[in-house]
Amino acid sequence: MLAPVAAWLGAHGVSPFMLRLIVQLGLIVAVFFALQISAAVLVYMERKVAALVQQRYGPYLVGPHGLMQPLADIVKLMFKEELRPKTADTALFYVAPVLSAVAAFAAFSVVPFGADTTLFGLLDRPIHLAAADVNVGLLVIFAITSMGVYGIVLAGWASNSKYSLLGGLRSSAQMISYELSYGLSFAAVIMLAGSLSLGHIVDAQAGYWFGVIPKWYIFIQPLGFFIFLTAGVAETNRAPFDFPEAEQELVAGYHTEYSSMSFALFFLAEYVNMVTVSAVATDLFLGGWHGPFLPEWLGGVWFFGKLFAILFFYIWMRWTLPRYRYDQFMEFGWKYLLPAAVINLLVTAAVVVYFGF
Amino acid sequence: MDALFFWILAAAAVVASLLVIGQRNPMHSVMWLIVSFCALSGLYVLLGAPFVAAIQIIIYAGAIMVLFLFVVMLLNVPTETPTEGPRRLLTAGPRRFGAVLAVVLVAELAWALRRVQGAAMPVNAAETSVHAIGLRLYRDYAFAFEATSVLILVAMVGAVILARRESK
Repeated sequence: MLAPVAAWLGAHGVSPFMLRLIVQLGLIVAVFFALQISAAVLVYMERKVAALVQQRYGPYLVGPHGLMQPLADIVKLMFKEELRPKTADTALFYVAPVLSAVAAFAAFSVVPFGADTTLFGLLDRPIHLAAADVNVGLLVIFAITSMGVYGIVLAGWASNSKYSLLGGLRSSAQMISYELSYGLSFAAVIMLAGSLSLGHIVDAQAGYWFGVIPKWYIFIQPLGFFIFLTAGVAETNRAPFDFPEAEQELVAGYHTEYSSMSFALFFLAEYVNMVTVSAVATDLFLGGWHGPFLPEWLGGVWFFGKLFAILFFYIWMRWTLPRYRYDQFMEFGWKYLLPAAVINLLVTAAVVVYFGF
Repeated sequence: MDALFFWILAAAAVVASLLVIGQRNPMHSVMWLIVSFCALSGLYVLLGAPFVAAIQIIIYAGAIMVLFLFVVMLLNVPTETPTEGPRRLLTAGPRRFGAVLAVVLVAELAWALRRVQGAAMPVNAAETSVHAIGLRLYRDYAFAFEATSVLILVAMVGAVILARRESK
């Protein structure tokens, strides 16, 4: 469709390689801004869903149906005073929120959100619809997520406040405990697909069983999906596992001493992390951009539909379930979730070896 | 291009490692160590081994350093004060021992560097894939691999027994 455009550009000195480069750079910028906007949309969604659950209207004054509320929130945060406790460790105090936000954005960079495409013939070769194409993508996500915990731990320590420190400690303990189950639920899917690349894993889920059931891994890995979601909630510090900031116990946990934009960065990181976990869940278990009824090039609709379904589930859960008790939470992670993940992995491995999936 | 990245990453790794021992605050030391690990991981990417690079970050920078941080935070180690702490340690005995260790280290480094001199590291993409590493680990080096697992298991059991409360 767009091949003539490419030909015209080629005649005017834009080589196919340069065109690919420009498109890839555009993709990176687009992903960056899409993540920021999605955080704003999620804030609005969170407040509206919370209102729905609690039978009230939620934000309604700024813009039609309160649609401009996230903008108002951002303006409010920007005009607040930047505070720093006198005894805080200056360097680490300011590095911590930046680290959180950077890790959150970087983790999404290897998540593909659509099938390889030539953009309707604009490019000579298909490109991957992701900010970066890495053949060990899943491991990169895992690595960067595990770096994200430093933002929270350092914030807790550098604030030099008891509540913050407790929040930071809880966060590191929580991350270490749930990272194991998280990784093991990954591993089962990796074995089924035989690849560490998210794009390959999604493509392994194309097609149907008996012509009706989509070949999504959720149908052969229901336990894996449950473990992934549970550990994902723990990794993103969302209710009912939001111990690092448990407001009834720790005031606001690790970000007690933060205000203005430093606080906003933590806020942003939390929502971007939510988007990343949901996108990875979509790619790993829900078949990514594959789905019935729609033509191949509209796969993005499926991807974003599934993404928002999981995000809605996240928010729904937060406003429905009460927070666990910390010791119960740890016990659940080590005594139930981890053994379940190990058994799931072993059974999957056995099935893959004997039936050659 | 590769050479440029190599020098940047190598310099970052060396400088960060030096800063690790130059800090008075153990917390800052841990952070510089993480920076050093990340630079190392970048070097692995340059060598064409993305799998090893990712594992380096996950295991060292991600898991082990979080434990370090955890311990440093829990122990609440006070900032080293130059007036009393180190003085006590630097008696004649430890000094001599340290000097011997330093000489041994320099000799080992010189020996190791002399051996690889000139020979460029061969990079084979097929050798660094997950599949190839798995085959190597479970076929050629199965004994060493299993021995390491047993060693780690023993260490784990030992830690649990040491940490267990004395039953009356």
